[in-house]
Amino acid sequence: MRMPEPDAAIIARKDQIVARLSAVLPDEAVIFDETELRAYECDALTAYRCPPLCAVLPASTEEVVEILKICHSEGVPVVPRGSGTSLAGGALPTADCVILGVARMNQVLETDYDNRVIRVQTGRTNLSVTGEVEGDGFFYAPDPSSQLACAIAGNIAMNSGGAHCLKYGVTTNNLLGVKMVLMDGTVVELGGAHLDAPGYDLLGLVCGSEGQLGVVTEATLRILKKPEGARPVLIGYDSNEVAGACVSDIIRAGVLPVAIEFMDRPCIRACESFAKAGYPDVEALLIVEVEGSEAEIQEQLEKIVGIAQRHNPVELRESSSEMESALIWKGRKAAFGAMGQIADYICLDGTIPVNELPHVLKRITELTNSYGLRVANVFHAGDGNMHPLILYNANDPGELEKAEALGADILRLCVEVGGCLTGEHGVGVEKRDLMPDQYGPNDLEAQIDVKDVFDPSWLLNPAKVFPLNVSENRRVA
Amino acid sequence: MALFEPNDENAVAEVIRTAQAEARPLAIRGGGTRVVGGEGDGDVLTTRNLTGITLYEPGALTIVARAGTPLDEIRSTLAAEGQHLAFEPMDARGLTGRDGTPTVGGMVAANVSGPRRLQAGACRDCMIGVRFVDGTGRVIRNGGRVMKNVTGLDLVRMMAGSHGTLGVITEVGFKVLPEPAATATVQLTGLDVTTAVAAMTAAMGTPFDVTGAAHQPRGATMLRLEGFEGSVAYRAGALAKALKKFGQAEIIDGPEAWTDIRDVTAFAGKDGAVWRISVKPTDGPRVVEALGGADCLLDWSGGLVWALTDPEFDLRAALTGIPGHATLMRVPVDAAPKWPVFHPEPAPVAALSRGLKAKFDPQGILNPGQMDRPVPEPA
Repeated sequence: MRMPEPDAAIIARKDQIVARLSAVLPDEAVIFDETELRAYECDALTAYRCPPLCAVLPASTEEVVEILKICHSEGVPVVPRGSGTSLAGGALPTADCVILGVARMNQVLETDYDNRVIRVQTGRTNLSVTGEVEGDGFFYAPDPSSQLACAIAGNIAMNSGGAHCLKYGVTTNNLLGVKMVLMDGTVVELGGAHLDAPGYDLLGLVCGSEGQLGVVTEATLRILKKPEGARPVLIGYDSNEVAGACVSDIIRAGVLPVAIEFMDRPCIRACESFAKAGYPDVEALLIVEVEGSEAEIQEQLEKIVGIAQRHNPVELRESSSEMESALIWKGRKAAFGAMGQIADYICLDGTIPVNELPHVLKRITELTNSYGLRVANVFHAGDGNMHPLILYNANDPGELEKAEALGADILRLCVEVGGCLTGEHGVGVEKRDLMPDQYGPNDLEAQIDVKDVFDPSWLLNPAKVFPLNVSENRRVA
Repeated sequence: MALFEPNDENAVAEVIRTAQAEARPLAIRGGGTRVVGGEGDGDVLTTRNLTGITLYEPGALTIVARAGTPLDEIRSTLAAEGQHLAFEPMDARGLTGRDGTPTVGGMVAANVSGPRRLQAGACRDCMIGVRFVDGTGRVIRNGGRVMKNVTGLDLVRMMAGSHGTLGVITEVGFKVLPEPAATATVQLTGLDVTTAVAAMTAAMGTPFDVTGAAHQPRGATMLRLEGFEGSVAYRAGALAKALKKFGQAEIIDGPEAWTDIRDVTAFAGKDGAVWRISVKPTDGPRVVEALGGADCLLDWSGGLVWALTDPEFDLRAALTGIPGHATLMRVPVDAAPKWPVFHPEPAPVAALSRGLKAKFDPQGILNPGQMDRPVPEPA
């Protein structure tokens, strides 16, 4: 992974920059000690590390304004950071950057059930947004796997999804407004508790912009009333093709399950030995969950089971109690932990058209064998968002590089069949250099034009999203 | 005045490049069923010959179509598979008094969304990919044909509601959804606006998945439930019970009544200016009160107010202090709009909008003045 050479002149001015930041922030909000900075040297893409120049932890929009004004006038790059759970290196520092962490900005500013919105500071964690309203029967829908730790700021930056997107959409569909600070310190408010934008959809541009356009400090989020109940059914098949056909038939039948999860045999076996969820040893396992009142659940499950039966399942298990439901989900929810026990892994995030599923799984197996590695597949089948886990041994020299090369091949395959590089994790540094595989020069230039408008000095979150050669003339200008 | 009717994307790019070289403005047209911002100056570039559904995968809930494809064709193609565009785009012809054929590109350029917007999202939420030609003739692609895609900056949403001012949309991909098998409306009558909005927000706060919440001008308050038959029947009963304190609800089967809400039929053929006001739902009654005697149709649980006013009435001044925005959707035939069509933006937001326009249409040849007509200072 190539990163730009850090600016030695900035590093030489570290004391001066820290002094200016310390003048506008409380002592504990400025971190410049080299040992303490280690905490900020990487995010969840731990293969890449680089301690920043310093880190600041503002507590308000006003403090963010002061920080950005200073960094803007000093020409110092700023890397915004939520909770540091990015799997794509979205918060990876450079040696000459200031990390702007929003973790201390975690207040709920307003809860409004009549208008079904909650307004929060963006350092608040995803799960604690739901935690704030669930006592009254409401929830915030996007639910990335990291929801216990990940911040709303990072969710907005990456346009995060989760297991329930098929029904509830991703972050951009649940975000109604933001307060954002531009690199020069200008505060911009976009949207609000109302439902649409008056002019250009700038809110839509900001969501998923990976910290390239501004630092979002407050967010107005849609909250929804919880359904009366939910229940999963577990279906096992002896081939990926049949499981894929079953998913497609369920969707075509007009049922909209809240989640359709798909696991292949390597994943099933790992999860079973880890979580003891009672999964059958089959080629493909589906977990299909529906929501609603008891009558609605029955009505939907009847249709789903009918379709599943037509494809001759090896196993079909309907939950009949809370305990059985929890058991069906137990293995799936343990998937990443289970894999972590077996080996180091890279988690990919390509999305494919659902009908390409069997073909893509077959090709992934072929590619994996050709590299002499192992891959386990677990993913959101309803929306085609795959999460192949490439297993490797970090202590084996060269194996990470091999795993990354396989990952790149798998993502190119996703693009080749009409899909994309990333469905919910973001580009970050991880997929930055694959962008030309998905987008042509004009397509990338158009995205860079937007960056120019919001951050003309190109100081925000440098060397991410856009291939270095494409952004070079902007960054050094 | 010339009329350009390109048959493909390259031809669109050619027309734009020529116009750019000569600094000639282009008025971008879809079906011409709504003329927010007026007819526009200059040569007309219409997308009506860019037609055809290029991809439809019912099992993947995705459809991709060229910009000039008539919406009716999309509707009937989807209906044959029991699917639909969940955001329920309005047919503006009755309201605007125009004929023409509503198209995919026009719908997207205006981000047209109907009553189901408050449950299923807007047009912009259901868009998964876009192709367009910008004001320099660049052909640009963003997003694609899959429903989860965070690869790079999201220009798909940037194009939604851009009214032909950033580029000419040539192709759009959508996420589609199953069409509901059954529909019921839980209807309350005799409620004043404040009580009606209280009933609607209460309904939206139930777990019964309400997909429409509207209040007719001085008329009924309607709550829509959709899905499989048994489920709809159960939820309609449960919702009526939950709303008991607002009166005895009537349960009406079938989706028909919602076409009138979607198309704002109440104001079709009536004299006056029509405004579309977007606020948070509980501010709906404040809007109605501030507009005095104007007829108002409330949709989106009170968050979308359609108002029929005297064309001379300064609606934005009357609504000062209520967060949100108002768009002038129709003025009387042969009258020039007395008010800016689009809501004035705060200075920092306007600067970003101007910045985008300068990047994607540096010569200002695409629908000049459509969204950025000079705004008179409020009195």
